Amino acid sequence: MNSLQRVLTTLSHREPDRVPMFLLTTLHGAAELGLSIETYFSRAEHVVEGQMRLLARYGSDCLYSFFHAALEHEAWGGEVIFRPDGPPNAGAPVLRRAEQIDRLEPPRVADCQGLQRVLQTQAALKARVGDTVPIIGVVMSPFSLPVMQMGFDAYLDLMHEEPERLERLLHVNEAFVVEWANAQLAAGATAICYFDPVSSSTVVPRELYLRTGHRVAQRCIARFKGPAATHMASGRCAPILADLAATGTAAVGVSALEDLAALKAVARGRVSLLGNLNGITMRRWTPDEAQAEVRRAIQAAGAGGGFILSDNHGEIPLQVSPDVLLAIGDAVRRWGVYPLPAQAAE
Amino acid sequence: MNYPVEAFSAALQDLDRVRADTLFLGALAQGTPIQAVEQLVVPALQHIGHAWDDGSVALSQVYMAGRFCEALVERVLPPSDPDRKHQPRSAIVALNDHHLLGKRIVYAQMRASGFELFDYGRMEVPELVARVQADRVRVLLVSVLMLPSALQVRDLRAALDAAGQPVRIVVGGAPFSLDEKLWREVGADAMGRHAADAARIVQAWMEERS
Repeated sequence: MNSLQRVLTTLSHREPDRVPMFLLTTLHGAAELGLSIETYFSRAEHVVEGQMRLLARYGSDCLYSFFHAALEHEAWGGEVIFRPDGPPNAGAPVLRRAEQIDRLEPPRVADCQGLQRVLQTQAALKARVGDTVPIIGVVMSPFSLPVMQMGFDAYLDLMHEEPERLERLLHVNEAFVVEWANAQLAAGATAICYFDPVSSSTVVPRELYLRTGHRVAQRCIARFKGPAATHMASGRCAPILADLAATGTAAVGVSALEDLAALKAVARGRVSLLGNLNGITMRRWTPDEAQAEVRRAIQAAGAGGGFILSDNHGEIPLQVSPDVLLAIGDAVRRWGVYPLPAQAAE
Repeated sequence: MNYPVEAFSAALQDLDRVRADTLFLGALAQGTPIQAVEQLVVPALQHIGHAWDDGSVALSQVYMAGRFCEALVERVLPPSDPDRKHQPRSAIVALNDHHLLGKRIVYAQMRASGFELFDYGRMEVPELVARVQADRVRVLLVSVLMLPSALQVRDLRAALDAAGQPVRIVVGGAPFSLDEKLWREVGADAMGRHAADAARIVQAWMEERS
C-alpha cells in the first residue's frame, strides 16, 4: 500500500497493512535546509523542499503544508512575530474593540501573499507526489480564530456577554475559512485539518460548545469540497467526541492528557482518531521510550483501523531530535503492522 | 462558621452571578472580609482549579470565575487594606509569549485570594530581570504557553542567580502541564497545575517564613 491507500483504508475503519503515521513537522524543514524559520517560510520553494526531505528521512504518511497559525492572523491584517526557536506568534489583536466586528469583512484569499505561498506549496507538492501521499492543508476554525483576532480574554468576554456580536463574528470568519479551505483543496491538498482548540472541553463546557463551535463546524465542514479532520491541539475532547463525529469530520486529533483506549471505545466505527503522542515530553525521550510510547498508543487505538499515529498537538516542537523522530518511525513499522502483535497473540 | 464553598463554586461554574453575590454577602455577614475571602472565595477557586485539572471544568469557566471573584474581593478588600500587607513582594509575567490569557487568569485569582502583585505583562528575560531587581520582587509567577518560552525559564533562573536576586519562581502553563518534570529541569521552585495553585503555593511559602 502507498501512504494514501493506507490512510484511506484506516479512515474507512478497516485495517491497512500497518498503522499510518503522521509526523506533523513544520519547523524541522527549516533545520533540514539550514535556514532561519522566517527565511524558510518566506518562499514556497523552501517549504516544498523541506517537506520532501522530511518525507524521505522519516517516512511519514503525509506531507504537511501548514506554515503557522499566525499566517491567518496576517491575512486579517495582523502582524507575524518570528522567533528563532519555535513557531511564530500572532502579534497584537486586529479587533481592539468589539464594535469593530459590526463592520468586519473577511479578507480574500487571492489578496493575501502569505496564503498564496501555501497554495503554491500545495500545488508543487501535488506535482511531486501525485496521489501517493496525502497532502494535509490547515485552517483555523471560525470559532478559534478570534483568539488571534481579539485576544483570548476579550474573546471569552464576547462569548459570554455579547452573543449576537459573537454570531456575526463567527459568520464573517466562516466565509473566510470556507474560501481558504476550498482554495487549498483546489491547489492540491488532499484533506483539511480544521484546528479548533477553543471547541475542546479544556476551553469551553459542552453546553457552550453545542451552541457555538459545534454548529459552526457542521456548517463549515459541509461546505468544504473535500474531507476534514478536526484537531483539538492538545485540548481534551472526551465529553464531546460523539458530537465531534456528528460534525462530519473524518478524524479527531486528541490529547495526550486523555485515555486513548476510552476515546477509541466511543470513536470505533464513527470517527477516526489521530494522536496522541506527547510532543512536549517527546523532547527528551530515548529511542526506547519512543518505542514504548508508540506501542502504547497503537495497542490502545490501533485495532480495527480508524487510527493514525501522531503527536497530540498537530505540530512537533523543533526541540524534538531527529533521533527520536526516526525511533518513532521504526516503532510504527515494528509494532504497527496488521494484524497487530497483541491481536495475533489472542 | 460554615461557609457554603460548594454552592459558591457551583454558582461560579454556572456563571450565576446573582447567586454567587448572595452567597458572598452571606459570608461577609458572618465574619470579616478577609475571612470571607480565605474561607469562601479561595477554597471555591481551588475547587474549580482542581476540576479544571481533572478535565471536568473548562478554561472559560475558570476565567469567568476568577474575573468575578476579583471584582468581589476588590469591593471589600481594597489594595490598601492592612490584611494585604504581610505578603512577599510578588509579580506575574508572561515570559516571551504573546499569549496572555494564562497570566490574566492567575492574576485575577491571586487578587481574588487577597494578594497584591505587580503585573509585568509580557517580557523577555533581560527586561524582566531588571524589573525584578528594581522592584525587589521575592516571588515571581511565570506564565508560558509555548515550549521554547518554558525552556527560557532556565535562562531567567541563571540571570536572577547571577544578579544575586533571591527570587522564588513559580511556573505554569501548557508545557508544564504536559511534562511534569519540566519545571524542575528549568530551575523553577514550584509549578502551578491550575490558576488557583499559585495562591496556595505562595501562601505555603508565607507560612514557612512565619
